[in-house]
Amino acid sequence: MARIEMQIGGFGGQGVILAGLVIARALSLYDGREAVFTQAYGPEARGGASASGIVVDDERVDYPYPLHPEILVLMSQEAMTTYLPNMRKGGILIIEENLVHLDGEPDVSELHKIPATKIAEELGNKIVTNIVMVGFIAKVVGDRIGLKKESIKKSVLEMVPAKVRELNEKAFEMGYNYEEA
Amino acid sequence: MSNEILEGEYFLSGDAAAAEGAVAAGCKVFAGYPITPSSEVAEKLARRLPQVGGVFIQMEDELGSIAAILGASWGGKKSMTATSGPGFSLMMENYGLGMMTETPTVIVNVQRGGPSTGLPTLLGQGEFMQAKFGSHGVFEAIALAPESPQECFDFTIKAFNLAEKYRQPVVVLMDESTGHLFEKVRIPPEDEIEIINRKKPKEVPYPPFMPDDDLIPPMPIVGEGHQIHATGLTHDEYGRPTITAEAQEKYVKRLVEKIRKHADEIMDYEEVMTDDADVIVVAYGITARSARRAIIQAREKGIKAGLIRLKVVWPFPDKILQKYADKKFVVAEVNQGQALIMVERAIRKSATFVGKMGGEPHRPEEILKGIEEAYNANS
Repeated sequence: MARIEMQIGGFGGQGVILAGLVIARALSLYDGREAVFTQAYGPEARGGASASGIVVDDERVDYPYPLHPEILVLMSQEAMTTYLPNMRKGGILIIEENLVHLDGEPDVSELHKIPATKIAEELGNKIVTNIVMVGFIAKVVGDRIGLKKESIKKSVLEMVPAKVRELNEKAFEMGYNYEEA
Repeated sequence: MSNEILEGEYFLSGDAAAAEGAVAAGCKVFAGYPITPSSEVAEKLARRLPQVGGVFIQMEDELGSIAAILGASWGGKKSMTATSGPGFSLMMENYGLGMMTETPTVIVNVQRGGPSTGLPTLLGQGEFMQAKFGSHGVFEAIALAPESPQECFDFTIKAFNLAEKYRQPVVVLMDESTGHLFEKVRIPPEDEIEIINRKKPKEVPYPPFMPDDDLIPPMPIVGEGHQIHATGLTHDEYGRPTITAEAQEKYVKRLVEKIRKHADEIMDYEEVMTDDADVIVVAYGITARSARRAIIQAREKGIKAGLIRLKVVWPFPDKILQKYADKKFVVAEVNQGQALIMVERAIRKSATFVGKMGGEPHRPEEILKGIEEAYNANS
């Protein structure tokens, strides 16, 4: 596996930073991959555009930012406007289907959709939307980036507060086992 | 105290790694005024230092911060502050006091875009020259520029070692990108970490500014029976103000010479594919990571390019650059030409410059363009 770039875009408060961090951390610490995590956000605490960047490689990552991500995850309409044009053609696109409305057919090899927010709400707390998405990402691209299910699950559970561990575990499994229509 | 050093592998930001490096180096006092993008250094140390018997003080401002760490050092503790451009500027006067009083301490500057408050959350590399020339008067600076969280950890330890060894403030010249990106950091077991502590005088009382043959004076500690007077005024070996040209010649010359004499030991750089290179890129900090990719892209296009990465930026490694003086040079940095001045001075000719105003690191293609330009230029 050569260098792979991934980006998760959404709005501040959705947890896209944590989502990227847990994935990169699992790759780096538990799956023996070289991984760098970077973040981009505005000065607002909530509501502004926000994105996680992950670069994975066999060797040490040189330039640490995604230039043209081949894996793009979109969780807001604004993120789509900002990040979709920069995506590598023929890549893998994953969207929060109730928050992102694509204009026309994107030039991608695969398009995956999940109502992550609705699933989280049904679990009782919208706050785990990001972890539902992490589960789904792990399922869809895990093999392709060298991310094992047990590693990412471990990373998630280590990074969330103890009192919400169970909720996050459920959220992860719901995302991982989600069957696309 | 337990957990002095958290041996193991972690996924850390550069800022957090610098904080852990300080703990591993034996830092026991942090005094600072939080400022983006360095705040995570303070945040982490606020939690960590009390665990290891240390003290964290949030000061009223940056003037107080640097004054406090100089004082802590005279009290016998390893000390540090962390700041960014605006705070670094405020610290300049007492940075010089640290030089004049030969006080070991560490200043972490996580550079953001400037001048002034500039770009609080975004990248700059505008303090390359300030680390050397920002405070008035004559001194030789020591500054290190990490390119990864691992190096933020390693170089912070090294900064403490250099500060203790040469008895002067040392700057860790980080940048926003390196400070905020996360990567694996290996914290080795305690016995694998080299720690240097300041020389202590063999006699009590000992004059605080009486050098050994290596030009570095042992450092007496307040409260251990010495008679200590440390002043910003030019002084004699006893710290007594001595306002004469002769005293200035003797004292300040030694301050400069104690670093110049040991410059070869302090200098540190990495060479990447320089062996057969026709074009040499010089870069440091986050820019070096863009350059690493750019030299590979250049080689894919048939241009033999290499990189000299400055790990220690001050003292500046003239000698190593002069070794390649017949090659073509490219300098890349997030400012409008600071290391450039030093490179051109060393090689005694022009280099191709790839600067940025700040806000984001170079895309590799931008440096590649500079390499192509240098390669195609008539020499």
